[in-house]
Amino acid sequence: MKVQFAIIWTVSILTVAGGIIVASQARQASPVAQTQKPVTATTIALPAAASVKPATLFQPPSEQDMPKDEFGKTVQLGKDIFEHTLSYASQYTGPTNLRCASCHLDAGRLANSAPLWAAYVSYPAYRSKNKHVNTYSERLQGCFKFSMNGTAPPLGDPVLIALESYSYWLATGATIDPKIAGRGYPQVSKPPLPMDYARGQAVFEQNCAICHGADGAGQTDASGQPSFPALWGPKSFNWGAGMGSIKNAAGFIQANMPLGLGGTLSAQQAWDVAIFMDSHERPQDPRFQGDIAATRAKYHDSPDDMYGTVANGQLLGKTKLSPDSANPSVK
Amino acid sequence: MRSNLTLISLFSLALTAMINPVLADDATVVLNGNDHGTPACVSCHGAHGEGMPANGFPRLAGQNAGYLQTQLVAFTNGQRVNAMMTPIAKTLNADERAAVARYYADLGSTVGINEAVPEISSAGARLAIQGRWSQGLPACIQCHGAMGTGVGSLFPALAGQSSIYIENQLRAWQQGTRAPGPLGLMKVIASKLSATDIHDVAVYFSALPASTVSRRQQP
Repeated sequence: MKVQFAIIWTVSILTVAGGIIVASQARQASPVAQTQKPVTATTIALPAAASVKPATLFQPPSEQDMPKDEFGKTVQLGKDIFEHTLSYASQYTGPTNLRCASCHLDAGRLANSAPLWAAYVSYPAYRSKNKHVNTYSERLQGCFKFSMNGTAPPLGDPVLIALESYSYWLATGATIDPKIAGRGYPQVSKPPLPMDYARGQAVFEQNCAICHGADGAGQTDASGQPSFPALWGPKSFNWGAGMGSIKNAAGFIQANMPLGLGGTLSAQQAWDVAIFMDSHERPQDPRFQGDIAATRAKYHDSPDDMYGTVANGQLLGKTKLSPDSANPSVK
Repeated sequence: MRSNLTLISLFSLALTAMINPVLADDATVVLNGNDHGTPACVSCHGAHGEGMPANGFPRLAGQNAGYLQTQLVAFTNGQRVNAMMTPIAKTLNADERAAVARYYADLGSTVGINEAVPEISSAGARLAIQGRWSQGLPACIQCHGAMGTGVGSLFPALAGQSSIYIENQLRAWQQGTRAPGPLGLMKVIASKLSATDIHDVAVYFSALPASTVSRRQQP
């Protein structure tokens, strides 16, 4: 097993006493400059997390209480799009086997799995990702562009209206609050050892491959319908998606994976398998600047992001994947 | 050189067929049993692989070949215990297990299949389609396919299966008399189900239309 990464960076952590943990990160020079020359060490430390379990989490209304009127029809359409994205919004999805509910479990209801009710009460908001204030609709557009590797529905499109209606309804009774408990994916605590691709591969083979396939391409059911989502390769999310951040992936994985056994992987296992997953080729970032180093510098300049780095001797972001090409192999 | 290789391949194939009659006809044991003690599968699993739902004998038609083979092995090594199947499975050799599994996987049978899709607002449907995440319980369909047709060789088809059979399996996982399979998933899941849940979800899947087309997959 030869694993090579081109990123070496350090994160120093200051833990401030008094019951509050403040993490301060001091990063070394941008890893972009080092992308051409692989090194054999993986020296990555991770920020500590203040993982506070809230006593109570917001409860969205129950399915049976969905309104039956005209508005309810649009709410229901939003739910259908969310759960069967490839059927109900095929005009905006890429060659993927993902659906919205692949990453937002329980049809967008589940806390710590980026629930819709928490997202809804957090917008409009400034996003460093695109450096302006985004409306909720614009945030949804990003999901199609990056996570679904497709095209953004235009503002005012019925698909966005339905998804926004479903989100609004799920948020019934929630307080407007971008810090609402259960939002996004939980931050996973710092692992004892620096995260490591080879250990991550072992975690993957033992815990993930039975559903996502040994090659990470996901599976279809016996009637040919998409079942388990692709974790990398041409049918997965593209390099611009939030799940391409190792930090997000580790949070989702530790809280929710394997399905039905959420919370059973250690922080170490979650970080290791996240870097393993995000060190495989996937569709190009639609914001590609024509140059991998430039694209990394502009959009991926983070220790949580493997784009533009070298893993297994491959410069990530370089290989063009056609929709039918086989999944990049696990070496 | 290339044509020599082709000839050798053809000859090997022919030889394999001659010395391995099971490969030549996957139906032999299923229909007639064998001379070392295996009864015909059809005597309990039906002439068309439809099972005997009222007795809890499972439907096998259309089930994944790899899954069926794994289960036959599980009966021989004690991972699954069943008064009838344990001794029967032990009479089959590896080639016969593979042949029986292939036969049923390829069988597209319409016998005993429900035409009407069950009510999707029933308690069983809710568990099957949505799960119960307040308990960390995923939806059945997340692993067994949207219509319960099964995924790969590890997640069997449930659509059109005998409800009594499904109930028996869920109870077996609860009680530890069936090995829980990959990652121990089914034991964890079954432990979160009440007797009512088990009944409801079993009835839901038994009422779904089983696949009737050949959908043989590589195990």
